[in-house]
Amino acid sequence: MGKKKLVERGVELLVYLSSWVSILGIVFLFIFIGKEAFPLLTDPRMKEEVQFSQLWSTIWQPVSDHPKFGLVPLFIGTLKASFVAMLFATPLAILAAIFTSEFAPPRLGRAIKPVVELLAGIPSVVLGFFALVVLATWVQELFGFTMRLNATAAGIALGLAVLPIIYTVTEDALATVPKAFREASLSLGATPWQTAFKVVLPAALPGIFAALVLGFGRAVGETMIVLMASGNASIVSASLGDSIRTLSATIAAELAEVVFGDGHYRLLFGLGVLLFSFTFVLNLVGSWYIQRVKKRLLGAA
Amino acid sequence: MKRILAPLAIALAVAFGSLTLGLAGKMITMKGSDTMVILGQRWAEQYMQKTPGAVIQVTGGGSGTGIAALINGTTDICQSSRPIKPSEKNKMKERYFTQGIELPVAKDGLAVYVHESNPVNKLTVEQLKLIYTGKITNWKDVGGPDAKIILYGRENNSGTYVFFKDNVLMGADFAPQTATLPGTAAVVNAVSKDKNGIGYGGAAYAKGIKECALAEKAGAPAYGPTLENVQSGKYPLARDLYWYFRTRPSGDVKKLVDWVLSPEGQKVVSEVGYFPVKSAKTSADAEK
Repeated sequence: MGKKKLVERGVELLVYLSSWVSILGIVFLFIFIGKEAFPLLTDPRMKEEVQFSQLWSTIWQPVSDHPKFGLVPLFIGTLKASFVAMLFATPLAILAAIFTSEFAPPRLGRAIKPVVELLAGIPSVVLGFFALVVLATWVQELFGFTMRLNATAAGIALGLAVLPIIYTVTEDALATVPKAFREASLSLGATPWQTAFKVVLPAALPGIFAALVLGFGRAVGETMIVLMASGNASIVSASLGDSIRTLSATIAAELAEVVFGDGHYRLLFGLGVLLFSFTFVLNLVGSWYIQRVKKRLLGAA
Repeated sequence: MKRILAPLAIALAVAFGSLTLGLAGKMITMKGSDTMVILGQRWAEQYMQKTPGAVIQVTGGGSGTGIAALINGTTDICQSSRPIKPSEKNKMKERYFTQGIELPVAKDGLAVYVHESNPVNKLTVEQLKLIYTGKITNWKDVGGPDAKIILYGRENNSGTYVFFKDNVLMGADFAPQTATLPGTAAVVNAVSKDKNGIGYGGAAYAKGIKECALAEKAGAPAYGPTLENVQSGKYPLARDLYWYFRTRPSGDVKKLVDWVLSPEGQKVVSEVGYFPVKSAKTSADAEK
């Protein structure tokens, strides 16, 4: 009896510690990245090397006789890729989620969900390679872009990575809408379509918003796909047919070889802090919204 | 995040590895150029196979890192894809009263490729510079069709990028619209799928692309990146790959050097995709 209790206590402690290890992991990661970037703000030598006024310029040429650290093209690149990804993934994912939760026969619905979620398990390097070799050619032929590797090709591949996230979260949100809503709507004479789009969808809207926020966070942070398929040219333009260079791809491509501890190195960690904070906040907002929609709908039922 | 953790893990593994190897006995360490890491590893593998008891450890990190390690005394051999700088020579002199020993161990020819359908077969180095700095943007200005030139290049962390920048662009910056890709294979793939593309990298034999012959200047004859042209120095984009030592190699290191310069060692050079040095020198000739 006493022994059993002891084992139970032990397991409890183990579970408790495990959860703390993962939380501490995130905290330490943030401290580590922040520590490497911090001298940018404090060290006068760094300040001279990477001038803050320079960060708003439009040329990113970190390896040069006169290094130029303009972040504008990197921000534009990141936004362009994420924009295309969301444009591609959002309608597909939401419509697919509505179909599985509202219209598909239960057995079909149960089959579709895991298959779409399988897409999330595809390593991004595989998606990137697919985009580099196959998708880029299709996109170029379809739109007639002069540059083969461009924001659109990378963005669509990125959309494939984002799609399962939006789909899953949306589907979950739709599923939490109480059955009573649907029954009430149908009994008032609404068709299934009207019920889905005018009753269920609005009720689940905060959850869908959360899905978009989480998807956007993934698109901004995703590295391998854009590194391979976007061309990585730091161009400032509004065209989706131009090559782009994203924040994440810049870190991935340059960090391995940069001189340890110099301005360029610190700045790459600075970009890491930015990306980390940004995706962290997006995830936080997303999770908070999911909680809210669950509480509201389940509470209402 | 993984991107940051992976090098850390590798660094730890290397640190532990060197610790245990260090205890095992005499070891020759080679450090430096990432361009030469694979070459060094092949040499080490084959040499260790045929020489019982020899232990060679090869690491990359870049030519500059290798030279710094040589000066700090933490490596026996430095592999470098560029000649040592005067400032580095001075540091060496301060510490060891020698200028260091330089030995070319292989040659590297940087090829320029275009799509196989492109009628342009040769360019001058000057034209190449104007193309990659964005001054020439249309193929018709260099004898091709009326179409925009699409630039492909390497990431700014690669030795190839620096070599091209120093020797073709003469230090000027690449045009921002240059698409930068990880690895020669990616550049070759991109050019093979883009009929208006141009790229540079190591020698490549791939479908869909052709290597462009290069001339030193307008009016001069153009040469392709063949073995003879690279060895004779006629091809403008050839470079030596070096080994550097603090002092004249002796003992185990000398044996390794002699083997590397032997026909057997130079065969490895061709296998990895570089060009052998013209005449197999012995380490005795290396002293300058």
